[in-house]
Amino acid sequence: MVNYSKFVLANGLRVLVHEDHTTPMACVNVLYDVGARDEDPERTGFAHLFEHLMFGGSVNIPNYDEVLQQVGGENNAFTSNDITNYYITLPAVNLETALWLESDRMLSLAFSEQSLEVQRQVVIEEFKQRYLNQPYGDVWLKLRPLAYKAHPYRWATIGKNIEHIEQATMEEVKQFFETFYQPSNAILVIAGDVKVEEVKALVEKWFATIPDHPVKKRSLPQESPQLAARRESVEADVPVDSIYIAFHGPDRHHDDYYTLDLVSDLLSRGSSSRLYRALVKEQQLFVDVNAYLMGSVDTNLFVVEGKPSEGVDVAQAEQALWEQLDRLKTELVGEKELEKVKNKVESTMVFAELSILDKAMNLAYFELLGDANAYNTEVAKYAVISNSDIQRVSAEIFRAENSSTLIYHAKNQEAHVG
Amino acid sequence: MLDRAQAPQSHDIQGMKLVHPEHMVLDNGLPVYIFRSQDQPLVKAEFVFKNKFGVESEDPLRNTALSALMKEGTSRMTSAQIAEAVDYYGAFLMPEFSFDHTSYTLYTLNKYVPQILPLVYDILVDAQLPDHELDNFKRTNRQSLQISLEKNDFVAKQLFYKTLFGNNRYGAVVTDEGLSALNRRDLAELYTQQIQPENCTLFLSGNITADVIREVSNYCGSKWKNTTVSKSVESKIQIANAYHTELQFQERPDAVQSAIRLGRQSLRRTDPDFPALQFLNTLFAGYFGSRLMRNIREDKGYTYGIGSSAVTFEHTGMLVISTQVGTDVTAATLQEIQKEMNLLQTELVGVEEINLVKNYMLGAMLGSLESIFSHADKFKAVHLSGLDLNYYAYYTKVLHEMDAEKLKAMAQKYLQYEDMVKVVVGKM
Repeated sequence: MVNYSKFVLANGLRVLVHEDHTTPMACVNVLYDVGARDEDPERTGFAHLFEHLMFGGSVNIPNYDEVLQQVGGENNAFTSNDITNYYITLPAVNLETALWLESDRMLSLAFSEQSLEVQRQVVIEEFKQRYLNQPYGDVWLKLRPLAYKAHPYRWATIGKNIEHIEQATMEEVKQFFETFYQPSNAILVIAGDVKVEEVKALVEKWFATIPDHPVKKRSLPQESPQLAARRESVEADVPVDSIYIAFHGPDRHHDDYYTLDLVSDLLSRGSSSRLYRALVKEQQLFVDVNAYLMGSVDTNLFVVEGKPSEGVDVAQAEQALWEQLDRLKTELVGEKELEKVKNKVESTMVFAELSILDKAMNLAYFELLGDANAYNTEVAKYAVISNSDIQRVSAEIFRAENSSTLIYHAKNQEAHVG
Repeated sequence: MLDRAQAPQSHDIQGMKLVHPEHMVLDNGLPVYIFRSQDQPLVKAEFVFKNKFGVESEDPLRNTALSALMKEGTSRMTSAQIAEAVDYYGAFLMPEFSFDHTSYTLYTLNKYVPQILPLVYDILVDAQLPDHELDNFKRTNRQSLQISLEKNDFVAKQLFYKTLFGNNRYGAVVTDEGLSALNRRDLAELYTQQIQPENCTLFLSGNITADVIREVSNYCGSKWKNTTVSKSVESKIQIANAYHTELQFQERPDAVQSAIRLGRQSLRRTDPDFPALQFLNTLFAGYFGSRLMRNIREDKGYTYGIGSSAVTFEHTGMLVISTQVGTDVTAATLQEIQKEMNLLQTELVGVEEINLVKNYMLGAMLGSLESIFSHADKFKAVHLSGLDLNYYAYYTKVLHEMDAEKLKAMAQKYLQYEDMVKVVVGKM
């Protein structure tokens, strides 16, 4: 159970405070309700590039990192398709420094041309390192546009291509800040060795005077139901073939989200899971296999992926994956197996409470979804799921016409066979 | 009126309180170190074994294979049944491998200790290492090796270790031939030699109740017997001091980035200069504000990241710098690395920068003590190096007393570009 206090400043900033006195540290987590889904389709990758620029100095503080390191702090950030999240960990005695830094960059950035030029290069190198310079690295650049045709989830957070990052201008950077980096569009969480009343006074001091320009309500193009199976094959310079099958699934607020999450656990969580046992250990058709739900706020993807063993035909391997999905539709999951995945959900929640940073991030995320306290009641949502729920949701989701399949064919192997 | 240009008052970083373990020796001689906290209903039990090697050569692949295969079947339970039981109780049982140690770590809710521990006991005394499981291990690992070999940084890493350490556990690299040559007989022999109470230390942390202690004393003490007189011979490990320092370049015509790795042998934790080396390493490329990160990433945009670390092993240590950069700036990056090394050898570091690194490191140390599990980890690190918790007081003292002259002297000793193994995989 993660207890917290919540208050809202006059400018709309939502603030949550969680006291944990077992550590001498504190965390400051700032979540901005903006992600790659909010980008202009002609300027993809912008939310992430912008995240880099948030470290390039703010209006009153030229060097963010140095000031923080000087008081023993560390920080990082990530951008997803839904959110941009910044976090600091530091000795709790120096909490005020973190609030000073975060409030100043919420107020305004330095908008340095040099920072834009350098971070543009850094992001291009990140693009190369993570998406281009390793086998299968470009899978999301291919799978997203195959599965999504209308929703902005059709591009990855890094962007559709390097050109979009190259073309970003300072004018667009300023515009993006004005549009999305507003107090009422952010959630601030402070956790650790702190006292609510003291935090409240400090937050008032540093954040209350930041003016707010309310952010326009999001209205994104939604996917129409998929009516026919989609398929793409690529010949790639990869050592072995690889299969990815993506299915459309419910959004994060739908009850079936939890059911589908448990389905992914049944299929691939831990070494007793179905896919690993049947396909890697028993039939030995795969060397690696996985199933997971993307965890997006809007309509989700459920992905099943695997690398067939040497000499195994892709069609046969794909068939074997489908057999496992079909089993979920035709046979009820046994009570003990269902209990197993629920137990794992429960123990994982307990382990997550060991880290103040995990707690701070989770509180912020659940507050974004509508209610931070939902974090504390998550386990109950999994507990009520029955085996017939599993069967019903599996039947709805695992249909060929709801699937997008991407196959990597290893070039060398093809030459070998043909 | 709020003056935003004015930084708030900062405070000294203090308050590091290390938890000292309770020590207990079980009937079979197994030493147990216990770290208690009632904050969460969790238990972590880490069984650490010293790696044993053949007399002729050191092939750590056997140790890796053994740690993976131990939980793949006992005479009572199949691989599937073991996996099912661990998952059913929401527990995690993870083999971990390092050059010098193999460990088995159990994470569980403490209420399930009586159910899980008998299973761990079985794995420790009665692993069958079935042939078909070994075949499966080989099959999956050979294929993932193929994938890894497509990654420039993986290839650079293999070449780097081989060059730096030579023919021993530290320099051995995984090969397809090595995987193919694994056989059950060798693994069974290693299991008998290595997985014995006399070769093990148990680190127990979390909500360690009297019930937990009772179960541990029974399954890890009374029942678990030493069954061999260990053939433990003094390690004959040979680590060459001289290594090839000419730049080694492997061309990858399709690369869009080059993987660069440089380094040298350096100090073990037991060396009095080890904390000073860590300080130098942090300042050089060991944190986001480091010299190299500021130069190569934040000033020039050559890379997504560059990092270095001072690593300690049982018989040696290493200082290693690695990055992946655009192919067009490969040569320029090497020049900048050399330039930054020279700068630290010739110019004194300013007081402000020394303070910055000191505070950063003190904060990181404080932040690394997040839960009772991390207290156990801190102790484990020094204990396995033959030291005790006083090490951290010494470490903190070194940080506080660091000065420019000392850093310069350390740089002259450990940051000579000519002394470094240098590997580039990509294009230049």
